[in-house]
Amino acid sequence: MTKPLVAIRSVSKAFGEFQALKNVSLDVWPGEVLCLIGASGSGKTTLLRCVNQLTVIDSGGIWLDGELLGVREERGKLRRLTERQIARQRLKTGMVFQRFNLFPHKTALENITEGPVQVQGRPPDEVRAEATELLRRVGLATKADSYPSQLSGGQQQRVAIARALAMKPMLMLFDEPTSALDPELVGEVLSVMKELAQSGMTMMVVTHELGFAREVADRVVYMDHGVILESGRAADVLGAPREARTQAFLAAVI
Amino acid sequence: MRVGPTLAEDFPDLSQMQIAREIHWRRWLAAAAIVVVLAAIARAFAAGQIEWSYVSRFLTAKVILEGIVNTMVMAVFAMALGIILGVVVAIMRLSPNPVLKSVAAGYTWLFRGTPLILQLLLWFNLALVFPTIGVPGLWTARAVDVMTPFLAALLGLGINQGAYTSEVMRAGMLSVDAGQYEAAQAIGMGRLRALRRIILPQAMRVVIPPLGNEFIGMVKATSLASVIQYPEVLHNAENIYYANSRVIELLIVAGCWYLLVVSILTPLQMLLERRFARGTARINR
Repeated sequence: MTKPLVAIRSVSKAFGEFQALKNVSLDVWPGEVLCLIGASGSGKTTLLRCVNQLTVIDSGGIWLDGELLGVREERGKLRRLTERQIARQRLKTGMVFQRFNLFPHKTALENITEGPVQVQGRPPDEVRAEATELLRRVGLATKADSYPSQLSGGQQQRVAIARALAMKPMLMLFDEPTSALDPELVGEVLSVMKELAQSGMTMMVVTHELGFAREVADRVVYMDHGVILESGRAADVLGAPREARTQAFLAAVI
Repeated sequence: MRVGPTLAEDFPDLSQMQIAREIHWRRWLAAAAIVVVLAAIARAFAAGQIEWSYVSRFLTAKVILEGIVNTMVMAVFAMALGIILGVVVAIMRLSPNPVLKSVAAGYTWLFRGTPLILQLLLWFNLALVFPTIGVPGLWTARAVDVMTPFLAALLGLGINQGAYTSEVMRAGMLSVDAGQYEAAQAIGMGRLRALRRIILPQAMRVVIPPLGNEFIGMVKATSLASVIQYPEVLHNAENIYYANSRVIELLIVAGCWYLLVVSILTPLQMLLERRFARGTARINR
């Protein structure tokens, strides 16, 4: 029997007074494309960030590939992992940010090779060849030596996807990858993500692109005020939402 | 509103006319007044009791040239020490560890809070506190032998500079977008590697103008080391005028050298700025 790649159990997170996540539980299965939708402040980005530990959860637990994240059990108590151990756990996930966050002082190719060479210590020649192939895959073979400032938003985001893929993650996390893009550039990023989904990559995608969710997602999760209000097949959640608030959200977005 | 197929008439054609050059009468007047004042000052100095032949003779005297070399050597080494300390202290200051944070804040407080000349005198006179220094059982020496004017000046200037540089570095690191640190973490980097590979190179772009400023300040601050017998250019100029009493002439000689050095440093700073501006829109577009 297969196991979920990500198992989120009873996770809560507060920022001061604001309760961003309330007792959230969720499984993501290998090969699944899961879209998280909801209004801003609903907790969908926080949940995604908790999975690669950019945000540290207050309570509950997240298991990735069977491994408990951020803490270990020791004689009935939970102890935080060291920074080095957390960094090692992060290697299993690739993260794509809303604002791209490419390294501006490095070329497109150097952005991609940085992690594999510096962190994983792999041979630079081999990594460069792979990075060139990744750039070709995202349609930017000619932009290897361009700096981020010379690329359009859509091109930058595609480089950012290639950068995340270069670490050979088992799970890709997308945090509103098209929200900072001009409308005419959204399509090129979505088509790269679609190609990635078809290749069998497990993906968690926070998005407002309901068309993408409908077409690509295996499952859609609707979040509202820190809880998962509704979850199911994309066609069901988006086509025939059960909850009144999901209906209201979808009516407002479309 | 009526919209016609042709452009409306009654607007003259300006396409063949040029904008006339203004004659800025007031600017010319102000410039002339300034020239007159400068000429008066120059004349006063020329007629004053300055033996200009001494200035030109001592400008390239061996002792003065040795002095300016010593000034530059000290400025470069002390600044290097200051930058190393500054980076380390800035990283400590921004670390989540409260012990490191407090140590860094204490260092900045102590060395920024006391006059540089006092610190130089303290280092130079360290032998009064510790007659012998060293590691017990391994190596010991008399402090007066170890604490030469060079070492005292280096420690005094460098450690003081570190306190100021740490604040410049901290500002530079804070200027880098938080998303950069997150992106570095997301590809598995630890804090120190992210700082070294991602944050500091971007911070350099911001800190080079203030660091250039600090270095120019350092070149001049080395003159304070004259009080602890370090043979930099002002100290050597003083030694000469103690002998020949040409005080003003030799101070002018020293001043000329400082001006020359600072004039050379300014374009060097621009070159460095360009090097670290890699990838920013300004040079690539």
